[in-house]
Amino acid sequence: MSEQFVTLARAYGARVEGPLLVSADGFSPRYDLDRTTGVVTRVGHSLYGHALAGSIVAFPTAKGGVAAGWAFLDLQSRGLGPLAFIFGITNSVMVHGAVMAGVPIADGLSADAWEQLRTAGWAELRPAERVLRLVR
Amino acid sequence: MKLSVHEQEMLAGRFGPGVQWALGYQVAVGEYFDAERLVPATNAHLVADMEVMGEAGLAFLGQLVEQGARVAIPTTLNAGFTDPAFAQVLHQDESLVARQVVMRERLQALGVLNVDTCINYQSVYQPHVGEHLAWGDTGAVCFANSVLGGRSNFEAGPAALAAGITGRVPAFGYHLDRHRRATTYVEVTTPLEDYADWGALGAWVGRRSPSYWDVPFFDGIGPSLTRSADQLKHLAAALASYGSIALFGARGVTPDWAAMNPDHARQQRTLTVGAKELDEVYASYGADLNTTDVDLVVFSGPQQSLYELARLAELLDGQHVHANTRLIVTTNHAYYQWAQQLGYIQTIEKAGGLVLTGVCFYLMTIDRLQREHGWHTVVTNSTKLANIVGAHPYRPILRRTRDCVAAAVAGRLVG
Repeated sequence: MSEQFVTLARAYGARVEGPLLVSADGFSPRYDLDRTTGVVTRVGHSLYGHALAGSIVAFPTAKGGVAAGWAFLDLQSRGLGPLAFIFGITNSVMVHGAVMAGVPIADGLSADAWEQLRTAGWAELRPAERVLRLVR
Repeated sequence: MKLSVHEQEMLAGRFGPGVQWALGYQVAVGEYFDAERLVPATNAHLVADMEVMGEAGLAFLGQLVEQGARVAIPTTLNAGFTDPAFAQVLHQDESLVARQVVMRERLQALGVLNVDTCINYQSVYQPHVGEHLAWGDTGAVCFANSVLGGRSNFEAGPAALAAGITGRVPAFGYHLDRHRRATTYVEVTTPLEDYADWGALGAWVGRRSPSYWDVPFFDGIGPSLTRSADQLKHLAAALASYGSIALFGARGVTPDWAAMNPDHARQQRTLTVGAKELDEVYASYGADLNTTDVDLVVFSGPQQSLYELARLAELLDGQHVHANTRLIVTTNHAYYQWAQQLGYIQTIEKAGGLVLTGVCFYLMTIDRLQREHGWHTVVTNSTKLANIVGAHPYRPILRRTRDCVAAAVAGRLVG
């Protein structure tokens, strides 16, 4: 087992750790997710068929749409939300949604750090320190 | 964040728990983005819909009502998932329709104006240059920032509601001059005629601009070419949909375009969009198909303006939609009334079209509609709609407006 620490530009929420699910594609609950099941259903999306629940999910970017504002609250209330969101670069909507739902969120990783994410299987997000601990 | 004395009192609960929640929520979001302060907002536009908010969101609204919260600035409601007049015809979930009634009552109790439109910038409120807004619907934000010179981030439902309650927004992102600078220069070398062409331009650029902080600047769509508000509406909707773009600049269009420093952007990154690039977008949505049967033709996403309705009425006059095809048009209540006075609605309906008010197609619980009606192939002139239905069991086909109407009449793609 090896550890690596990645610095985040922005972060919110409580400390959390869990399996890391990393996407090669951006994300929006409107454009990519079946919100009744919490499973990514856009054909061709790199997380197609994966559920958000139980993982720290990482996406390089946030896509358009404002659905996340209510959708994350709804998903979380039904036990279908992720442990945390990590974005390479996010937009305001994902933060609105995560804060509303009480889901930790962070963004602002360097390109090098994103590469490290891709090969890690486990992560610990420490929002107060703006640090992500990667375990592989 | 630096808060005024009044804001500190809001946060401390002096004006009730609803205001306290709203300001606390805004501070959490503002601090995430390193906002230094809140700024007064004049107008909020809210996305709230049972299609997306679920019971948790509805309960949250109920709690705010019980706490006596009220919006402090004009706050309008975005398009929703159901036009009650057609809910049965479309086999929408009756219980969800009933919950929508409750949701709307709660919003009304909070002081929200239930106008049910995603084209508020065309029909309800036009902000002036530099006006701070808290708008949801990403296309509306992109239009307000880019065409009208307003200032808004993408505000999700709870965020726009919070801003409505406090009359403030956290000053980050597109409220600040430093983010209103072009990052990419886009040279447009081909005429853009149909709304679908404008959407295709937005789609092509949006696909190459995935960051919320990307600000494309368009040249070649200036005074020498037509650029109606409806055309720019489709451009804005597509940019926000395919990228996450909240602001674009266009020479001769954006009020403060020179301040966006397009020459600097030109040195950083230039994209050229011609006929070949637009064809790429059409190719991704069934350009190779020519006689495929069509289940559905949709003009929506955004809602249709009075002029778009007029154009549809003109194309459908004396025609009849094929028996195996459903033609759906969505608009808002105001334009529906005017279009009725002017005879456009009657013409569209006489041709067999269904004109829905207060909704946008992609919000209409479209998975259920697909199961109920067996719809699969959707022809549209909206690239935004084509993008969204791709997450659902539909096959989107992008065509220009005239070709969409021809497909509706023939029941299959024509040419």
